[in-house]
Amino acid sequence: MNNTWWKSGEPWIWLTASAVTVSIVIVVGLLTLIAARGLGHFWASSVFEGEYHVAGAETTRLVGEIREQVEVPASRLHDMGRKTDEKWVTRYLVKTGNRELVGLDFRWIVATDLQKVHYPKDILTIERYEWGNFYGYLQAVKQDGELVSSGDAAWEELQQRLVHALQIHGQIQKIEKNEMGRINYALDRLRLAERRLEINQDKDPEKLAKIVEQRADYQRQFDTLRKQLTELYQEIKRDSITVKAMDDQEIEIDLAKIVRVYRPNSMTLLDKLQFYFVKLWEFVGDDPREANTEGGIFPAIFGTVLMVFIMSIFVTPFGVIAAVYLHEYAKQGFLTRTIRIAVNNLAGVPSIVYGVFGLGFFVYFVGSNIDLWFYPEALPSPTFGTGGILWASLTLAILTVPVVIVATEEGLSRIPSSIREGSLALGATKAETLWRTVLPMASPAIMTGLILAIARAAGEVAPLMLVGVVKLAPSLVLDMNYPFLHMERKFMHLGFHIYDVGFQSPNVEAARPLVYATAFLLVAVIVILNLSAIWIRNHLREKYKALETT
Amino acid sequence: MTEHTAPMTHSIDFSSLGRTDSSLSLKDEKICLEVKNFNLFYGKKQALRDINMQIPEKRVTAYIGPSGCGKSTLLRCFNRMNDLVDGVHTQGQILLDGHDIFHPSVNVAELRRRVGMVFQKPNPFPKSIYENVAYGLRLQGINARRILDDVVESSLKGAALWEEVKDRLHDNALGLSGGQQQRLVIARAIAIQPEVLLLDEPASALDPISTLKIEELINELKNNFTIVIVTHNMQQAARVSDFTAFMYLGELIEFDDTSRLFTNPSKKKTEDYITGRYG
Repeated sequence: MNNTWWKSGEPWIWLTASAVTVSIVIVVGLLTLIAARGLGHFWASSVFEGEYHVAGAETTRLVGEIREQVEVPASRLHDMGRKTDEKWVTRYLVKTGNRELVGLDFRWIVATDLQKVHYPKDILTIERYEWGNFYGYLQAVKQDGELVSSGDAAWEELQQRLVHALQIHGQIQKIEKNEMGRINYALDRLRLAERRLEINQDKDPEKLAKIVEQRADYQRQFDTLRKQLTELYQEIKRDSITVKAMDDQEIEIDLAKIVRVYRPNSMTLLDKLQFYFVKLWEFVGDDPREANTEGGIFPAIFGTVLMVFIMSIFVTPFGVIAAVYLHEYAKQGFLTRTIRIAVNNLAGVPSIVYGVFGLGFFVYFVGSNIDLWFYPEALPSPTFGTGGILWASLTLAILTVPVVIVATEEGLSRIPSSIREGSLALGATKAETLWRTVLPMASPAIMTGLILAIARAAGEVAPLMLVGVVKLAPSLVLDMNYPFLHMERKFMHLGFHIYDVGFQSPNVEAARPLVYATAFLLVAVIVILNLSAIWIRNHLREKYKALETT
Repeated sequence: MTEHTAPMTHSIDFSSLGRTDSSLSLKDEKICLEVKNFNLFYGKKQALRDINMQIPEKRVTAYIGPSGCGKSTLLRCFNRMNDLVDGVHTQGQILLDGHDIFHPSVNVAELRRRVGMVFQKPNPFPKSIYENVAYGLRLQGINARRILDDVVESSLKGAALWEEVKDRLHDNALGLSGGQQQRLVIARAIAIQPEVLLLDEPASALDPISTLKIEELINELKNNFTIVIVTHNMQQAARVSDFTAFMYLGELIEFDDTSRLFTNPSKKKTEDYITGRYG
């Protein structure tokens, strides 16, 4: 009977089960959407060639990738002044590349305007360091301006020479970034040392002489490297290729400017799979190119993870000690209740407010004072008086500390008083009891607090924009130069990267798939961080498990 | 329960307990703990009234009495565990070796090292058996492996637990049975060589076999430590203790050598309690 079904509690089971199902569907749907749109970006898509004819204009040849296909109501076309009988019209978003030739590398066309579409096997996609992709046909390979090969043999020749060019490119990178970077850094430190002597009015001739000597030494090293670099540059500029674009224009592209060349229409499935993984690896491991619309996002991943670590190092002792004081030592009364209410309310403050606080207090107040006392030689250029990873981590630590305090207090209150009494009865002081018995037993709860803190902090972007995140950081926070961890440096962050690429990039169409890919990666990074923390917590729980049963 | 109208013959058959001690007298004993005019208040409510008592050294003293008579409260005063309870204040003195333990200059942690306690419900730490016993020593700063090994072994032997756990010293202590856990707690308490050992109903949560083991243990331990035991079980008190104190409603009614108290109590209240008329 219906009534008994209602009374038996079954409806509630259905209700709760459907709520869980809806939540799972939403999460999985979200992840699938991001993954599909983002990860599809790295698949080598086919390049078509066809005839493009708009009424009233010449027929032109169109070459490129079809990126998107949408159905639009015919009324749009009517607004544009075209007549058609159809109700719905298909439009293609075509990536034509060749930005230096055509200005815009994406274009919307009406599907019916495109005729005689075919996929030539020998059409090339060239990824470059500047001007985006190039689509066209290989005409010839040249060395020092002299024709070396053309026609069918050109492809093989190109492959070989490209390998060589990429190798040299790698060497150039190494010299420029690592070795010259190191010397530049050292020279800068010498400059600061000199300035420091000036400020202290230290006229010791020995010290000055030493600086001059070191500077000369570095300069010598630099000159050697520069010579090497010139040679390498000469070598890499040796080769170039001639290619024909879709409007029959022939241009020359130096192999030095090429990242990758492939013939998408003649790649087998295996080739494409291999290509896919290479691109994925590039995405995760390389630096960004072309205003963050190409290349990789490794610095952003590194910055996000490092910032979360530093924040954890700050927030855990801070939160745990505060919770221990509130729970164990403070006399429970009006004051402690007020403090608890205040702490809980802190968790509800919008994060941008924390950003403003971080900017005002940490950057402008503490940072500029640190500069005044410890880095006067660098002034007026600020060291800590501007945003950096240290201030960003501290700001986020304050943002997440309420969560840690609440979780720790919860954990402390679960510890049976028999354990505390047992420890005290053996002659331990309260502090010793806390340190040796109570806190270890509360560590799973502390880990829970930390997990929640990480989950919250890794996703916050707004406060970071004010205290240390940048669109493009010239170097990582952690590098090979003393003191190795540069807490004053600005850094890149995945969340900010999504915002920047999605809304601030000059070429929105080009950037859109990257936004999805970066979002997917951010979710992946957070999932990994959370899983590690959960694993640690489970490990700790095992140790103290039996106590829960008493 | 049949009523005894004849003069006290005792409902406990004392001879069956196999006690061969001749009666002890408090005058002949060296005194370890002395309670002088001691009163204790939980807020407004008075829990202990004008207690005067002397605890002899290296003997077992038992506190018996009905529930709520204050025996556990008095016991917890000896190592100042009542300090942990809000609203407790005391009057009077408790002297350990002649020094008042409530004096402001007394270091409470040091006191608790000299006066150890075993609670009613076993409370081993969620650490290994080894670490449980070594806990008190590590507090003193003794971390040398060899010393700890020796002391752990001798303490576990002293608590009659060594044979059962010697092969699994580094297993979690919570895996032991109730009786074993209680003996572990005793081992943990004696590892730091206290002068006095306070046992608050140590066997009440255990089965009869474990209870027997604990009682045998107490008999051994009294050679080295002064023992004060609170118990609900009169037979246990009779079996185990040398001196017994009977308390009622916060007052000390009678304190005497155990055999004399049980065979020939001098106060009517004591007699009533022992014969089971109440409590």
